[in-house]
Amino acid sequence: MLRVLEGGALATVQDLGRFGYQHLGVPQSGAMDGVALRIANRLVGNEDGAACIEITLGGTAFEVLAPCVLAVTGADLGARLGGMPLPLWTSVRAHAGQRLVFTQRRYGARAYLALAGGLDVPLVLGSRSTYLPGGWGGLEGRALQAGDVLQPVVPPRDLLRLTARRWRVPPTYGRMLRIVLHEGACDVPTSWLMQPWRVAQASNRIGLRLEGQPLHARVQSVDSFGVFPGVIQLPPDGLPIVLMADAQPTGGYPALGAVIQADLPHAAQLLPGDTVQLVPVTAEEALDALRAQRAWLQQPLAEDEALFALAQARG
Amino acid sequence: MPDTIALWRYTLLGETAWLVTCLLPDLALANRFAFALAQALRATHRWSVVLGLRSVTVRFDPLEVTPTEARAAIQHLGARLEPAPEWNGIVHTIPVRYGGEAGPDLETAARALGIAPEQLIALHTSQPWRVLILGFAPGFAYLGPLPAALHLPRRATPRARVPAGSVALANGLTGIYPSELPGGWHLIGRTDHLLFDPHSDPPARLQPGDAVQFVAL
Repeated sequence: MLRVLEGGALATVQDLGRFGYQHLGVPQSGAMDGVALRIANRLVGNEDGAACIEITLGGTAFEVLAPCVLAVTGADLGARLGGMPLPLWTSVRAHAGQRLVFTQRRYGARAYLALAGGLDVPLVLGSRSTYLPGGWGGLEGRALQAGDVLQPVVPPRDLLRLTARRWRVPPTYGRMLRIVLHEGACDVPTSWLMQPWRVAQASNRIGLRLEGQPLHARVQSVDSFGVFPGVIQLPPDGLPIVLMADAQPTGGYPALGAVIQADLPHAAQLLPGDTVQLVPVTAEEALDALRAQRAWLQQPLAEDEALFALAQARG
Repeated sequence: MPDTIALWRYTLLGETAWLVTCLLPDLALANRFAFALAQALRATHRWSVVLGLRSVTVRFDPLEVTPTEARAAIQHLGARLEPAPEWNGIVHTIPVRYGGEAGPDLETAARALGIAPEQLIALHTSQPWRVLILGFAPGFAYLGPLPAALHLPRRATPRARVPAGSVALANGLTGIYPSELPGGWHLIGRTDHLLFDPHSDPPARLQPGDAVQFVAL
């Protein structure tokens, strides 16, 4: 059980997303970095799709109210538990009275905090994900703020058994996004497309807006069609928008292409001011990357013996 | 009836989706074909199917079914497809306060169309409009197509906040903002009718294929 001391830049409850309502205009939402969320859950013995706290940039702080097991994955936001650096991609036992703070960004943008037993917030349209623009889902449809208390859905019984489990090879987040170009979307030399793009200030969970030399779309607008996280829109100003978790399910801007699914976690770890490169690949290469990522997700957890011994000693 | 080869265009969107676009020039008919395809796909596959104005976006797991196999399955369903009926029998009557504070763009929109505001209201309430798709935001229904007399491009400068319930038009379509949103359409009126509630089942009151009859208050 955790109490929020500081909400920080942005912390919301997210799971893998809200599926089956996109045809009603409902965004998918869910974790920006779904891979980090899945692994955080596995480390603490949850189902892959349990709700976690998505912490953006940092400044977020919690007080542990009751003994629990937690894990932090994704970005390195300088997490500290009880004054000590918290090992990432590892399940850790936390004791009542300890503080868990996310001090500052070292790399990445979004960290995922999983609590053994999940997070007890109501399901809305089948998901616990927060949809901020709609003001629903997660905790009362809003970002976490001081005073909020988060409890597990089912308190886990054997905390020690869940402690000191480690993900062997954490992902290396890169500043390169592989994309599959959309047939006939825009006339642009690859060298131009591959310029270093800057992530604009107006970027958020809906989309990453990129700044650079504008591209020229063949058409200004099209009849609205179904889009999804990863699709890159090209508005009339020629500056691409990479749609992310909270994106609307239809759009009327031409599609330049789509970030390959395997690279969405990399996109999720970008913040305004970061630079990123778009690299065209074939659909076949995109499938190979997805296959490799799924295989990587199958790897078993490791046990951190030193950490386990420490947890055992502390009871 | 055009043959099925010329009816649809398939473009791959990333490695996980086909964008299937109906090539018929008539938007109303293209939408009915797309809706029929979307319904046929939902009845037979577990894929995510999102209806566009004249298209269907079909998302699949490319490690379960290859893009080529998915396309073949969609083509199979699309081969002997009849367009969905023009109207499914459901009509929603929606009272609207036109003009004034509720519809700040009524006068300018009428002027741009070269008609009087009263004529714009008369045309907007003259017949029920088909719910073509839901998109843009939860429960936002694109209604139409509107007659040429009501065709206006979007506003040059979008508004950062459009009040919930605003009735608006642009690009030959009309719609109702289900919640406060940014928007570039011309606001001609407002309704108090709640169109989306995430805690209801179904959450959206309007569904594609329904009709909406606006009534001036």
